[in-house]
Amino acid sequence: METKDLTCIGCPLGCSLVVTMENNEVTSVTGNTCPRGDAYARKEVTNPTRIVTSTVRVNGGSLPMVSCKTKEDIPKGKIFEVTEALKSITLEAPVHIGDVVLSNVAGTGVDVIATKNV
Amino acid sequence: MKNYDLVIVGGGPAGLAAAVSARDNGIESILIIERDKELGGILNQCIHNGFGLHTFKEELTGPEYASRFAKQVFERNIEYKLNTMVMDISGDKVVTAMNREDGMFEIQAKAIILAMGCRERSRGALNIPGYRPAGIYSAGTAQRLVNMEGYMPGKKVVILGSGDIGLIMARRMTLEGAKVQVVAELMPYSGGLKRNIVQCLDDFGIPLKLSHTVIDIEGKERVEAVTIAEVGPDRKPIPGSEIRYECDTLLLSCGLLPENELSRSAGVELSPITSGPIVNDSLETNVDGVFACGNVLHVHDLVDYVSQEAAVAGKNAAKYIKEGKDSSAKAVEIFPEGGVRYTVPKYVRPTEIEDKLTVRFRVGAVYKNCYIATYYDDTLINKRKRPVMAPGEMEQVILDKSKLAEFPDLNKITIRIEEA
Amino acid sequence: MYDVAIIGAGVVGSAIARELAKYQVNACVIERDEDVCCGTSKANSAIIHAGFDATPGTLKAKLNVKGNAMMDELSKELDIPFKRNGSLVVCTKDQDPSGLEKLLEKGKANGVPDLKILQRDELIKMEPNLAEDVTCALLAPTGGIVCPFHMTMAFAENAYTNGVEFFLNTEVKSIEKAPYGYTITVSKNPVGADALKGKSGDLSTIETKTIVNAAGVYADVFNNMVSNEKINIVARKGEYMLLDKTAGNHVSHTIFQLPSKMGKGVLVTPTVHGNLLVGPTAIDVDNKEAVNTTADGLDSLSATCSISVKNVPLRQVITSFAGLRAHEAKDDFIIREASDAEGFFNAAGIESPGLSSAPAIGVMVAEMVAAKLNLDKNPNFIGTRKGILNPNTLTMEERNQLIKEQPAYGNIICRCEMITEGEILDAIHRPLGARSLDGVKRRTRAGMGRCQAGFCSPRTMEILEREVPMSMYDITKNGGKSAFVVGLNKEI
Repeated sequence: METKDLTCIGCPLGCSLVVTMENNEVTSVTGNTCPRGDAYARKEVTNPTRIVTSTVRVNGGSLPMVSCKTKEDIPKGKIFEVTEALKSITLEAPVHIGDVVLSNVAGTGVDVIATKNV
Repeated sequence: MKNYDLVIVGGGPAGLAAAVSARDNGIESILIIERDKELGGILNQCIHNGFGLHTFKEELTGPEYASRFAKQVFERNIEYKLNTMVMDISGDKVVTAMNREDGMFEIQAKAIILAMGCRERSRGALNIPGYRPAGIYSAGTAQRLVNMEGYMPGKKVVILGSGDIGLIMARRMTLEGAKVQVVAELMPYSGGLKRNIVQCLDDFGIPLKLSHTVIDIEGKERVEAVTIAEVGPDRKPIPGSEIRYECDTLLLSCGLLPENELSRSAGVELSPITSGPIVNDSLETNVDGVFACGNVLHVHDLVDYVSQEAAVAGKNAAKYIKEGKDSSAKAVEIFPEGGVRYTVPKYVRPTEIEDKLTVRFRVGAVYKNCYIATYYDDTLINKRKRPVMAPGEMEQVILDKSKLAEFPDLNKITIRIEEA
Repeated sequence: MYDVAIIGAGVVGSAIARELAKYQVNACVIERDEDVCCGTSKANSAIIHAGFDATPGTLKAKLNVKGNAMMDELSKELDIPFKRNGSLVVCTKDQDPSGLEKLLEKGKANGVPDLKILQRDELIKMEPNLAEDVTCALLAPTGGIVCPFHMTMAFAENAYTNGVEFFLNTEVKSIEKAPYGYTITVSKNPVGADALKGKSGDLSTIETKTIVNAAGVYADVFNNMVSNEKINIVARKGEYMLLDKTAGNHVSHTIFQLPSKMGKGVLVTPTVHGNLLVGPTAIDVDNKEAVNTTADGLDSLSATCSISVKNVPLRQVITSFAGLRAHEAKDDFIIREASDAEGFFNAAGIESPGLSSAPAIGVMVAEMVAAKLNLDKNPNFIGTRKGILNPNTLTMEERNQLIKEQPAYGNIICRCEMITEGEILDAIHRPLGARSLDGVKRRTRAGMGRCQAGFCSPRTMEILEREVPMSMYDITKNGGKSAFVVGLNKEI
């Protein structure tokens, strides 16, 4: 049996969670004040994911950069692969919120989309 | 001189939400004055996600959150001026502003909403000894350089202060290829949100050293090294605890200061605790018809609360413009005690509020399993348990109009933190 | 071949250059840093002393009083912000008031006008924030405050406009005697990206008949290259705290403390731009580059300033800084031709009251050089210079006319000091224009306010990039390796 201490990020409360695991299976989650905490803890110890936000270059826009994000969570271990994949991208203005910047980034099946109009 | 019913100083999240609310409450003649080249304020450089969970029930990035409010402003055809700096606000509500096209001009307003936001505490104000080389940035300045201009301010970074912008920039600089060596925090707790500590530091193995501060900066031209040391309970460095980090960049995230130079010129009374205006339940300052909301009023933790607060200011400004003000309404002062540092608003007029009034505040230290207690005079009205309260996060108490009505002779309201 | 090469573009070198420009002369100024006014001249008390402090008969006494008297006309001719706010040397109840009498006598001997000693009841009407223990004070109405940046730049720009060449980023490596005078080997130092990459400077030589050594804390190094009449300059560090303009009215006079066993004390003074300045400490340091502040120094200022002025609002500090005074053991300015190096003129050991004396030092050295070279007066000398326009001095109509003609004056770049793009463009495009953020700051005050350039830095960088034009990687705080950005996102 092992335990992992986590801080829930589901909301600003930031509950301190204790996850108990046995044979890589979660046996209990304590410290959460809502079901989201329980779900977060189970996911975080088995399949942690993150939204990645970054910027890419734009030619001819109102700014030299446009902000972007992965449309959905991607595996935490792929964060740097995502930013690396964005390195070579330069868009042409106009770019709109929601435009796909890079599809299926780093083989995650998730698109990177623009988050600003430039 | 031009005339507007309502002039809103600042087109960030506070100004936009206030404008939308004022229009929806019947004010046609509104002008938003924004100094930057687009609406949205500081949100435009906050490209990370986590905004809008309360307002839109989804996680948005800063620019997305800003654009949703900007869209509401566009849909309502609310007038705004970009690239325009307000130079002065007078006590009789004349706003002097300037830009390239119009030159310097004056506007007579019936009501004004202050929504100028805040600025970061600088290295100078922190009085950190050492050299004054390039490579020392407030976290927000670095954020603008990286996110809007696409330039990296440095390669090896030390961050002082664990405010949210500092934490966000720790991750941002790391993702863009820099090495963030440590985040030092003077206080024994972080000023930032938990989720940011987890996702911006823990995810990348960046150590957070609480009760530490920068005691020396080396490098005459560009930062070459920074020395941090542990501080005792008196916040003075403990000899022998020094650690030297070779680096080329020091980012500062050591607190935000409401930007109230214009408020002061209008005669607005400021709180020494928040550095923002002292306001009543309608978020009106001591100057009739001058309202305040957002970070110029007090520094918020979440933009959602800024939007909520600004909507209240917009609604009340509209009411003031349409109906004037009942100056005879009795105001009761809220006394923050026992760990409650301040409250916004400070004054409540029980006869003037709507059914419920949200009172926001921050606590002065970390409290675990304590209660927020509200008293009308000496009568305990409400006691609510909070598993944890920290200075980095805002707390709130809701006052009921009906309950207040039961106390016609009320002299004071007290909000305090109590142990079990 | 130059008639004269001046080493150092501080206030002394620049004042000498301007006075020399009144003659028909082929002159240049060699400056190690990327701008004028980068050493002692930029980090001092910004005071034009009345002149009662120096020992009668010394150069310090003579040149201070003369320099002070020149300031009214100079500030008009060269558009230098200057105000005779008067100074007070205060005596506290545990001090011997005869110290004030001695200063009064010295001042009279030095020719300082209108000195008088005032008692507390009179003082408190003038300065309500004097400390409770202050009993009496010496008032010197001719004491003044000045902008040392603008003073230095005014001299330099006016010299430049009248034909004096300026070599910036140019460091003197060695000086050799030559048949015609001297050969100076200089290194053109890289700025920005090249400097960060460690590129070394390109060497070249400058030939000159005479040299004026106005090199501040390094004046001994250059003197000792050519003369056996050795000089030893010690860098004496002074730390300061600058307070927000909200504190600028805390006192109206410059408040000195009567020196005591506890030390020389610190001054509390308004600046000519409306801030409040507290300082300096006085510690001799080995390192001539040690312009760092220290925890001890800043702490001592906080403690010491309360001796003379009560309730100094130290929470309003917006920056602290340190400067190095060029202290010479004999405690007087060294202004003369080296006896064993003909045509090598020293202006060395120029510590306090150096800023006050600079105008008079300029005249004195220029006369010495002119006599040596038999220079004729320059009939084409133009003695006036306009500073950067401060739009706040205009009426709204005038201001709007200006914005119509030059829209940049309608665009605020620095929100704290309300500095417009128009002023920054002027700072960049005028003679010896700004090429760095500090250069812009010292000329316009953009970045000198309470947020200390957090807001305007990226904006000022964009303007420099576009207007000079220059690469973002070469935009520095103050030359050398002080670049602001080191690469593009994801590419460092």
